[in-house]
Amino acid sequence: MLTLIKDTLTSQVVTLWRVFSHLWVKADTVEYPDEMPYMFPRWRGRIILSRDPDGEERCVACNLCAVACPVDCIALQKTEDEEGRWYPEFFRINFSRCIMCGFCEEACPTNAIQLTPDFEMAEYERQDMVWEKEDLLIDGTGKYHDYNFYRVAGKKIGGKDKGEARNEAVPVNVRSLLP
Amino acid sequence: MTFEVGSGLSISVILATVIVVAAMLIWVERRLLSFWQERLGPNRVGPFGLLQVVADMIKIFTKEDWVPPFVDKFSFVLAPAIIMTVILLSFSVIPFAPGVGVVDSNIGVLFVLAMASLGAYSVMLAGLSSDNKYALLGSLRAAAQMISYEVFMGISILGVVALSGTFNLREIVLAQEENGWYIIPQFIGFVIFLIAGVAESHRLPFDIPEAEQEICAGYHTEYSGMKFGMFFVGEYLGLVLISSLITVLFFGGWLGPSFLPGIFWFALKSFVFIAFFILLRAAIPRPRYDQLMTYGWLFLLPVSLLNLLITGVIILSSS
Repeated sequence: MLTLIKDTLTSQVVTLWRVFSHLWVKADTVEYPDEMPYMFPRWRGRIILSRDPDGEERCVACNLCAVACPVDCIALQKTEDEEGRWYPEFFRINFSRCIMCGFCEEACPTNAIQLTPDFEMAEYERQDMVWEKEDLLIDGTGKYHDYNFYRVAGKKIGGKDKGEARNEAVPVNVRSLLP
Repeated sequence: MTFEVGSGLSISVILATVIVVAAMLIWVERRLLSFWQERLGPNRVGPFGLLQVVADMIKIFTKEDWVPPFVDKFSFVLAPAIIMTVILLSFSVIPFAPGVGVVDSNIGVLFVLAMASLGAYSVMLAGLSSDNKYALLGSLRAAAQMISYEVFMGISILGVVALSGTFNLREIVLAQEENGWYIIPQFIGFVIFLIAGVAESHRLPFDIPEAEQEICAGYHTEYSGMKFGMFFVGEYLGLVLISSLITVLFFGGWLGPSFLPGIFWFALKSFVFIAFFILLRAAIPRPRYDQLMTYGWLFLLPVSLLNLLITGVIILSSS
């Protein structure tokens, strides 16, 4: 019985006091609509399509994001312009399905698709959760400022031949290697 | 109509106050709990969230009052009414301040204990009539818990009764005016009454009859709408009742420095105990059911009997 009393005093009463002393600890709560919480730059929120430093669309419609997407919320169609650049004819993200996992961003070879620290995407109409390319495209470069896929890639497009990209050698003429 | 013990005005004011206070406790509890958990709690409806109670009431009154087809309809409807009624009846013997009260009963203490025993019927009927295994388990637990803890509750008050020589709660307060608060001579009795009170109103940590994690909501699993609301408010009424009983029996009721009226001191002391009960909920985990029973019968019962014995010896030797 004495041990029970001792346990009560050392355990229960101490517990009560510790919990009570939280009364003068400031609450962790951020009262969200009144004050915005600090959003970390790499927060995985609303998805955008960025442009390269020249102001062209970065997306080359390779479909890797759509393949990587675990919930299949990305739909797009490839098309080509007269210079031979690939770009999406349409690019559609269904945000009512999207789980903000960021796999599309990891899969993207051209840094086109990026996740941003914006989470205020509630809509009254379910159809409004489907965003088209015009809604997704932004005018900036997003998180990667200097990257331009066509300047580093070996693909030939109008105005840039093979071998003219940055850090790239002129293609070897394989026939000239013949003995 | 005058404001004296037993007048119609007095009765209606006390009834209204008690019910409003019990309803406000919904907000008080959520707010205090959240402070102890470093949150803010409900603070959006009205100033400091005070109107949260109104919102809750509107919600609970407009909910569908569903009686499942498989229940025993009569006792199902009766059960929530019983708990409200018996606890409100218990308030009739509480002396709130000089001249404020419903009855000055000579059997005040016994009346409160009797009403607490009747309260056990409420949970038993609710569990039995619900025809639901969780409800039945809950009511089994509630019945055993309430019946056994009533024993220690009664015995722990007997020390106070022996010291003051009366069952009348008002005279117990007046006796404390002469002899000092009974918390000092009856400290053990106070602790036992406090623990038994928690078990009696099945508040956390002794909320085993309605332990959500084990048996859904226990005896009120099948209840919804205002019937559930009555159990809910009944629990808070029980909390207020136990707090005011502790105030009356051990902390001198309305007694206090005379620069404030007695009712203020009564309210202040009661609120301290209400807050303490909420702190218990925030801090102490729920014991197992057999631990609860063992603790009661093998620890609280001998201690309370010993307390009564020693009190009797002291009274006899000093007279």
